[in-house]
Parts: sequence; C-alpha cells; structure tokens
Amino acid sequence: MSKLVYLIPLFPLIGFLINGLGRKSLSKSAIGVIGSGAILASFVTSLVLFFEVKNHGAIPVQQLFTFIDVQTLKIAFAFQVDQLSSLFLLIITGIGFLIHLYSTAYMHEEEPQHFGRYFAYLNLFVFSMLLLVLGANYVIMFIGWEGVGLCSYLLIGYWFKNDNYNYAAKKAFVMNRIGDLGFLLAVFWLIVRLGTVNYADVFAAANHLSSFDITAITILLFVGAMGKSAQIPLYTWLPDAMAGPTPVSALIHAATMVTAGIYMIARSNVLYSMSHVTMNLVAIIGLVTALFAATIAIKQNDIKKVLAYSTVSQLGYMFLGLGVGAYTGSVFHVMTHAFFKALLFLGAGSVIHAMHHEQDIRNMGGLKKKLPITHITFLIGCIAISGIPPFSGFFSKDEILAAAYAHSPIYWGVGVATAGLTAFYMFRLYATTFLGTFRGTHDQEHHLHESPSAMTIPLIVLAALSVLGGLIGVPEILGGHHELHHFLSPVLTTEQHHEIEHGTEFMLMGISVALAAIAIAVAILRYSKKPEMADATGFGKVLANKWYVDELYDAIVVKPLNAMAVFFKNIIEKSGIDGVVNGVGKFVSYGSRQMRLLQSGQVNAYVLMMVLAMVVMLLIWLQEGFIVKTFVKLFN
Amino acid sequence: MPIQYYIYLALALFSIGVIGVLVRKNAIIVFMCIELMLNAVNLLLVAFSKMHHGVAFAADKTSTAGIDGQLFVFFIMVVAAAEVSVGLAIIVMLYRNTHSVDVNFLNRLKN
Repeated sequence: MSKLVYLIPLFPLIGFLINGLGRKSLSKSAIGVIGSGAILASFVTSLVLFFEVKNHGAIPVQQLFTFIDVQTLKIAFAFQVDQLSSLFLLIITGIGFLIHLYSTAYMHEEEPQHFGRYFAYLNLFVFSMLLLVLGANYVIMFIGWEGVGLCSYLLIGYWFKNDNYNYAAKKAFVMNRIGDLGFLLAVFWLIVRLGTVNYADVFAAANHLSSFDITAITILLFVGAMGKSAQIPLYTWLPDAMAGPTPVSALIHAATMVTAGIYMIARSNVLYSMSHVTMNLVAIIGLVTALFAATIAIKQNDIKKVLAYSTVSQLGYMFLGLGVGAYTGSVFHVMTHAFFKALLFLGAGSVIHAMHHEQDIRNMGGLKKKLPITHITFLIGCIAISGIPPFSGFFSKDEILAAAYAHSPIYWGVGVATAGLTAFYMFRLYATTFLGTFRGTHDQEHHLHESPSAMTIPLIVLAALSVLGGLIGVPEILGGHHELHHFLSPVLTTEQHHEIEHGTEFMLMGISVALAAIAIAVAILRYSKKPEMADATGFGKVLANKWYVDELYDAIVVKPLNAMAVFFKNIIEKSGIDGVVNGVGKFVSYGSRQMRLLQSGQVNAYVLMMVLAMVVMLLIWLQEGFIVKTFVKLFN
Repeated sequence: MPIQYYIYLALALFSIGVIGVLVRKNAIIVFMCIELMLNAVNLLLVAFSKMHHGVAFAADKTSTAGIDGQLFVFFIMVVAAAEVSVGLAIIVMLYRNTHSVDVNFLNRLKN
C-alpha cells in the first residue's frame, strides 16, 4: 500500500514524456486525454493514500535510492507521506486535474504540437510540485522547488513569439532564482551544522543548533519563500506572469507553485518557532505585502492583473498566519485560497474566452446574462474571497486574523483593513465585468456565449468546494470541531494556540464580516452603473502604476546589471578573450606566411641553407661539452 | 714542411669553392667549384697521411701507418668522376630545355 507513493509522481512524469516526445505525432484529443488522465490517476492514488494516512497515521518514509553519497553525507531520494503532504497532494492533483480538463477546451485553438508542448509542460509542473511536497528532505524539496520555477518560466513564455511574454518569463525565473540562492544557503548551513537534511533528523536535532544558526537558516529559507511565493521585495514577477495562458495562471500562480513557500515553512515549523526574530519578520513582511498588493489591485483594469495582485495579497495573509504561529490556519487558507482563486482565474479565463481574448474590464460589462454559469461561479468565488460566512474563505481568514489579534491588535487591524480592501476590489471587478451594460464592440457582443462543458464543469466543482471547503475547519466557538486542526497536529507540532475570550472573538469576526459587507455594498453601488473608464489621477495614478516599484527595480538593479554585462561583452569578451584566441590563430598564420618565403625556388638559397646548417652542426660538435654544461646550469 | 701550411692552403681552396657554389650564376662554374672543394679535401688527406707515416717511420722502419689517407683519396676521386658525369648530363638536359645554364632560372620549385 505504501509503495503506491511512487506512482503519484510517476504518472505525470510519464504524461510529460509521452506528450513531450510525441507532440508532433499525437492528435489533440489524445494529448488531452493522456495529460489529464495522468493527473487523474495521481489524484485517485493520492486519495487512497490520504485515507490511509487519516485512518492509520503517517506512512513510513519510502526510500528509492541514495541520491548523494559523499563520505559522511548521505542524502536519500525518499518520499514522506504524512498528514501535511497528503493534504497538499490532494490539492495539487485535484485542482491540477480540473485545470487540465479546463485547458483541453481553453487551448483548443492551438496547433497539435504546441498543444502537446503545453500539456507536457503542465504535467512536468505537476511532477515537480509533487516532488516538492513528497520529499523527505530539503534536497528533494529543492529539486521540486527548482522544477516548478523552470516550468513556470516555460509556461509563462508559452506563446514564445511575443517578446513581452518572454521578458515576463525571464523576470519570473530570475526573481525565483534569487530566492533559490537563499534556500540553497540554508541547506548548506544545515549540512555544515547537522550533517543531514532529512526532516525527521533535522527537527530532532534542532535543539543542538545555536539561536544564531536557527535564525540564519530560517531567514534564508524565508528568502527562498519570498521569491517563490511573491512577497515583498520579490513579488513583481507575479503580475507580469499573467502573460501566460489563464489555466497556467490558475494552476501555478494561484493554487500550487506560490504555495510552495508556505508548505516549506509549515513543514519547518519546528525551526521557525524557535526563532522569534524570523517569526516577526515573516509576519511583518506578510502583512505589508497583503496591504500593499491590495492597494494596487483597486486600480487595475486588466481582469487577470487584479487577480494576480489579489494572489500576492492573500499569500501575504498566509505568511502573516505563519508568522504568528497559526500554521494550521495558514495551511487552511492555502486550501481554501486554492479553491476560490483557481475558480476566479478559470472564471476569468471563461470571460476572456467569450470576449475573444479581451482582458480589459473597461470593455466588458453586463456579462451575467450571456455567461450564466461563469457569472454564478465567479460570484461565489468573490464572496468566498471576501470572507463572508459560511463560505470557506471566512473560516480560514478568520483563523489567521484571530491568531494575529492574539499576537498584536495592530496586526489584526491592518489585516482587517486589507480584508475590507479585498472585498472592495473583488466586487469592483465583479460589478464592472458582469453587471451594468456591455461596453465592448458589436462583434464581441455577437460572439458572447457560455463556455463549453469542459470549462464549466471545473468551475462548478471549484465553486462547490469554495462553498463547502470551510466546513473542515469550523472553530469550536461556532460549534465545529476543527477537524483540520486535529488532522494536521502531528506535523504542525509547534502551533501556537491563542487564548482569546469568546466574546472578543465573536466581536472580531463580526467586525471583519461587517467591514467586508460594507465594502461589497459600496463597490457594487459605485461600479455597477458607471464603471471607472478614465485613467486614474493623483494618488490613484500611483496605485495604478503599482507604486512605481517596477521602475525602481529597473533603475537600481536592471540597468546597472545590463551596463555591467555590456562592459563585460565589449571589453573583456571582445578585446580580451577573443583577442587572445584570435591572436593565436593570427600568429600561426603569420608564422606560416613567413616560412613560405623560404621556399623561393632559388637553388642558391637552398645551398646557402645547407652550408649554414653544416657550420652550426660543426660548432655544436666542437663545443658540445660547453653547451651541455650551460644547459644544466640554466635548468638547475 | 710544417703541416699548418697544408691546412691553410686546403682551407683557402675549400672556402673559395664554397663561396663559388653560393655566388656564381653559371652552372658549369658551380660544378668547377665543387671539384675545387673535393680537391682541397684530397690535398688535406694526402698531407695528413704523409705526416702520420713520417712520425711512425721515424720510430719503426717497417710500419705502414697512415696509408689510409691516400687510400681514401682514390675513393674520393672515383666518386667525383661519377658525380661529374651525372651532373654534366643534367646540365646538358637543362640547356636543351631552357637554352641557358643560369642557376637562377631554376626557380620552378617556387610553387
């Protein structure tokens, strides 16, 4: 039974190989079936293993082979299926399958070989993500970590003929790599101090590390999470990553890859709870990012960019939860966020598909009549993300906010304000897109139609999950048993249980729900009749231009790097290295040209050379002893 | 006569021969200079042979040391004769083809 673990990443790997290598010879339907079927098989296997874990506890670590074997350092290629990873497995394979299904319809305009390339990359992505969560040590996690970064690059730049998309893909990859450096340094530090990277061994031996070591390692790991999960300052790649196809945005940049950072910190909760400095850092960066991204989202006009900044903001929430010790709350929010954010992205994709690749919400409006299923599911997603009970977003967000309050009321205050902003910009998006009158061209209006069932079924499933998904985490004060908390407690051992009075907690819930409801009402009233068509002015312009952070990075980092690269190219490469290499060639050809002149054809010259040679030989023969003695003295 | 006189004479003759080979334009003159070199060497060999025989004779009236020098001269003369015949044959062929005996004319080896 436990051997089934190997199958989970194996199916997507095989799907990747078949679709990737056979993309020129397979038909589109075959590619779609193989790609989606692989993930479905993984999902079923994950489900089996999930129930195994739920009923019998964590499965023992399964080791495949020894990956690195150097003197005393042995790193095994091993899988660990415990409560945390089995939950993530379900999320990844379940939502992954829905998105694969959705993609078969969304990408149907592509040629077969590009269709095959798309599905191959998607399967490779799921494979890498599965490696990430299944790994039993930090090195295997890092293999998956890098793999998802690579697939993110490949998929963002899927339509490679567009230069802007390629630039966005490069940006995503490079920013990811900056984070990866932090991760690698943390792994090296662990190896130097503890000689092992296995989770079990590291957490057991964590007491032997000095507090400086712990703080450094956790901060370095968090740098990796900053890059992967788009926190300040490494977040600007995520909005640009919307250049990729919408299902890619849904899978990678909403539900899975960006949650890798949270998984990593939740997995390492033993280490993080030992360092107050890092916890504060994580919480503050999460909080600031959440607020910052929310302020940008209220002025964006591209449907996907709003959702992208929303993702950055919600990830900030998750890090806030981690930073105040509410590990279960953050993982819970990962799950619910995966549901409703994937739903929102797929819904946006449905809208884009119907509007024939139009993405500006100012040209939309009144779509609720023509796209009924998309409308209802998108509305459900908006309600869920705004934290209105009893939808799932409420329970997870509330858990994080309660833990934040226990830590510091200021954290809670900023968090609630951000929640209000979240509700506001989501319903601004909803109202501008679906309510009011249609503002597009006549042609677009004629082509408006609901999407095919391959696209609407995932929407419906995700909507149901967004509504019901919160029920596994109903807190005790509302009458639930918080099954998720009990399920994850063997892994999230250092969870901090906050003690807040019931009365206070009800008040907190009430305030956040009321604020969200007011924000929703304001947004709908403001935007349903008369949407914001003009370009923003004043402070709004700063928000619409994303606080000019991209321009700042451009000036501080990108331009100096480019200048340095140009310098290296011209001075060192062209004049230096090329000069030397070409110089050798030029020298040889010069020498041979001079040698050729000896062959004059003049007999006299040849005789002269003979005579000179004989004279030299005579001299050497006469003075042999002297010459040998000089050479010996020179070389000694 | 002291042996040095013979050595100087042979050296002078040999040098003149070498310089002649290097400098002269006419192929037949070049051959004459080669003969000159060979004769200089012959002279030297005979002189040394006499010197060694004289030294050995003064000590022992029946010794035959130093004959090898004169023997070698015969060989050289035979070789010179053969070489001249071949060389002159080549020059005749050269003249038949190019109507001149100019050495510098033979730069067909250039390319």
